[in-house]
Amino acid sequence: MNKNKTLNKTSRMNFITYGVVIAAYVVLQAMVSTGSISSTLKGMLVPICAYVVMAVSLNLTVGVLGELSLGHAGFMSVGAFTGVTAAIALQNVIPSGTLRLCIGMVVGAIFAAIAGVLIGIPVLRLKGDYLAIVTLAFGEIIKSIINNLYVGVDANGMQLSFLSDKTNLAEGGKLIIAGPMGIGGITKLSTFTIGFVLVMITLVIVFNLVNSRSGRAIKAIRDNRIAAESVGINVTKYRLMAFVISAALAGAAGTLFAENYSTVVANKFDFNTSILVLVFVVLGGLGNMLGSIIAATVLTVLPEALRQFSDYRMLIYAIVLILVMLITNNPTLKGYLNIIKQKLVRRKPAAQTVEGGADNGK
Amino acid sequence: MKHTTKKLLAFAMVLTMLMSLCSVFALADEGAAFKIGGTGPLTGGAAIYGNAAANGAQIAVDEINAEGGIQFDLRYEDDAHDAEKAVNAYNTLKDWGMQLSLGSVTSKPCEATSAETFADRIFALTPSASSTATTEGKDNQFQMCFMDPNQGSASAQYISDQGLGTKIAIIWKNDDVYSKGIRDTFVEKAEELGLEIVSETEFADGNDQDFSVQISDAQSNGADLVFLPMYYQPASLILAQAAGVGYAPKWFGVDGMDGILTMEGFDPALAEGVMLLTPFNADSEDEKTVAFVEKYQELYGEIPNQFAADAYDCVYAYKQALEAAGATPDMSAEELCDAMIEQFTTMTFDGLTGEGMTWDASGAVSKSPKGMVIQDGAYVGLD
Amino acid sequence: MAFLNFLISGISLGSIYAIIALGYTMVYGIAKMLNFAHGDVIMVGAYICFYAVARYKLPPLVGILAAMAVCTVLGIVVERLAYKPLRAAPSLAVLITAIGVSYFLQNGALLLWSSNPKVFPSVTGMGKISLFGGQLTVSLVTVVTIITCIVIMLVLTWFTGNTKMGKAMRACSEDKGAAQLMGINVNSTISMTFAIGSGLAAIAGVLLCSAYPTLVPTTGSMPGIKAFTAAVFGGIGSIPGAMLGGILLGVIEIFAKAYISTQVSDAIVFAVLIVVLLVKPAGLLGKQVNEKV
Repeated sequence: MNKNKTLNKTSRMNFITYGVVIAAYVVLQAMVSTGSISSTLKGMLVPICAYVVMAVSLNLTVGVLGELSLGHAGFMSVGAFTGVTAAIALQNVIPSGTLRLCIGMVVGAIFAAIAGVLIGIPVLRLKGDYLAIVTLAFGEIIKSIINNLYVGVDANGMQLSFLSDKTNLAEGGKLIIAGPMGIGGITKLSTFTIGFVLVMITLVIVFNLVNSRSGRAIKAIRDNRIAAESVGINVTKYRLMAFVISAALAGAAGTLFAENYSTVVANKFDFNTSILVLVFVVLGGLGNMLGSIIAATVLTVLPEALRQFSDYRMLIYAIVLILVMLITNNPTLKGYLNIIKQKLVRRKPAAQTVEGGADNGK
Repeated sequence: MKHTTKKLLAFAMVLTMLMSLCSVFALADEGAAFKIGGTGPLTGGAAIYGNAAANGAQIAVDEINAEGGIQFDLRYEDDAHDAEKAVNAYNTLKDWGMQLSLGSVTSKPCEATSAETFADRIFALTPSASSTATTEGKDNQFQMCFMDPNQGSASAQYISDQGLGTKIAIIWKNDDVYSKGIRDTFVEKAEELGLEIVSETEFADGNDQDFSVQISDAQSNGADLVFLPMYYQPASLILAQAAGVGYAPKWFGVDGMDGILTMEGFDPALAEGVMLLTPFNADSEDEKTVAFVEKYQELYGEIPNQFAADAYDCVYAYKQALEAAGATPDMSAEELCDAMIEQFTTMTFDGLTGEGMTWDASGAVSKSPKGMVIQDGAYVGLD
Repeated sequence: MAFLNFLISGISLGSIYAIIALGYTMVYGIAKMLNFAHGDVIMVGAYICFYAVARYKLPPLVGILAAMAVCTVLGIVVERLAYKPLRAAPSLAVLITAIGVSYFLQNGALLLWSSNPKVFPSVTGMGKISLFGGQLTVSLVTVVTIITCIVIMLVLTWFTGNTKMGKAMRACSEDKGAAQLMGINVNSTISMTFAIGSGLAAIAGVLLCSAYPTLVPTTGSMPGIKAFTAAVFGGIGSIPGAMLGGILLGVIEIFAKAYISTQVSDAIVFAVLIVVLLVKPAGLLGKQVNEKV
């Protein structure tokens, strides 16, 4: 009976999440078509979608799998560069931009998934902060590799070289990834609608995974690895599964993001970007996808909304960040909120003990 | 559910706070002035370039506004040297009603914003984004600085012509468009001219403090001239570390090297004999430069670098072009764009960073870099 | 001889990483938090010293002491305001707060001291030592850095092993609850740890900027991350581990640049770290704690 109740609660929560995303899309799209939206907000719609996907996918690793990853931007980078390369390489074959973008995102996701497998196998043998530092290390390695990668395409197909430009492209060939200069002259393909579709796909994948047999296994491993192992759960398999899915989604987000600008460089996806996404996840609540979505949106808009403070902008951003963490973790305030909530929901306090996620990290 | 409610509440609080602040700060519309906007790194690691450009442009605007005549309204927005934030900053400026753009200060962000200004038909004149990609294929993008490729080949040509060195070492920044662009054309030209490159080493962000390996590589390969296509901050470290191990080749820099003498606490003896090609010289005796440097020092307490001078020139170039075109502030950005394209491709402009500058249709400026050498803590013209 | 030169540069760079890593490791050992703002405390220390020595012409020693005093106070204040209220919160919440503090310090420095790079005055003098008939030149900064690092490690080892406060710190890092029951004031012990860690950061800042004399508001961030890597490399929580990790990291970084490639040296450093952690999952000198079932 208890189980039924939790299931109902999670599916209700999932529907709320879908509902909020769809409603937000409808409202924003209506504003865009009537022209009642500022250029600033309009310009941020696609990156917001990309960051939402990043946050939800990282939440899968941090919140559901329970491992701290400091290199999530690395997967975004892999996705961005492979996806955009694919889209550019197919320029003459496929005329439809949307289709090219979709293929790009799939390619980006696949390559990021491959990177996820390669990285996940060694990384997931480690624990806690050691695992975190290794993901950081991989993020930096990916950045360094892409900064030294030269990819060109000509009549003879794809040419790759490392460290310096030795691609020797034939006549009419085009250098796509130019090492530290990244990719330039990208035709912008991303649209808000595609971004929205990617967010929905991400949510469907993540919710279905979390509520499936595999998802329960993953959560069991998070809560107690040894107990999970003792009941015959294949720990490595499920951990890798969550990690790779998370990487693949980040890859697709990377392609979406990169296709929104005319240029992309590897340095964009550095440690700071990984941290930025981690902030979304923690602020939104571990394991709480709706929270991640809201946090990603608010924190992407916030620095722009603070522009009138000019020089003090990022200082205020930092203060807001600290205050929000202090307020949301304040025991007195927590107590008040609980009282209010109990009055509203009229549920027995005992039911709260089954809450998962954030409190386990204590 | 508990966490959601709680966090949502916190967010709602933050948002309400912001909304209320936004309304307080809503800006009044001036109307009678041309709105010029630019983006640049005002915070973060590259902040020095953005702030210099914003300050330089502000001085020009204040001077012009004080004269009466054409009036400007200048706004600089922070892009933290990042393409994504540059586009956000650009959109903010667009909402503000920007009519003429100063592009972005640094190359990669400018590449991103130039795609936007091109699509929106807003004319852009960047003070300092020097990569070719910023202007390539865009008819309304112009540069005040010379392009990276020109600098690379001009430097090689200069070294060869003056017989400054035969064995050359290059240290360049591996993840920087500016450095990479100059290095590529330098190497190409050097090969053509028969200069021998004996050592080539790199560094990158986060790895830009210890240069012992790069210096020792140049030294052990017997380089008699070291080419430094980079900004002055890492260059100052290279000079100090080379002095620490007693290595004293000829040093040759690019325009980004300008500013090295203005660093607070820098020992000018370290830069003795450093050569560079730069369009601007803060120690120049000419009247305009002296006045500008004085003004800048008075307002910001620092000696202006080339970025400040370029941005200053940009505003004056706009003034000249707008006057020539007889433009009025009530014209739309698109009308101004067409007028500016016409003016810039035909006019000749004298500024702090060069006399008789002209622009071709591609947006590249034609002005000749001056060879400078640092002697006794001051720039002295070569030639 | 080039080899020896590189080795010395590596040890010198590594010594700076080691001092920063010591601060990381001490705080981690006791508060179990990754203090990402540590790198920025280094930057603050360097600025204070810069202003004392270059602007107000105070003797270098006074500059260093001033930097240490300011950083110690800063460390305690930050701990009291931002970290202490989160003592019962999940560790990730503290991590994010630390990141917020890091942003705050960097942007505060930008406003206070502007983005223009400052050239750090030499606090050790510009002397050079020539060995082997001039074939090997070692700058005085290098020698001072290495010696300081060794002295700090020895003092810290003695402090944590033999003083009452040090023992209290170790007790807190083992088990806070039990330590409290034994009459140790856990809160003041944690404050003390932050004070020491921040004081060390000031010294690290001065040394870092003496060896590589440009100072900007982001000066501390990359050395901070590298030092964090070094602390994990050596086994986070272990004082000799931080020292070993720091020095090894510096040496590997210089050797990778010298003998493999200057372009991908960072990738090589991180690859070595990954390999080491796969072989020794708790770092070089870290304690492997077996999970209780």
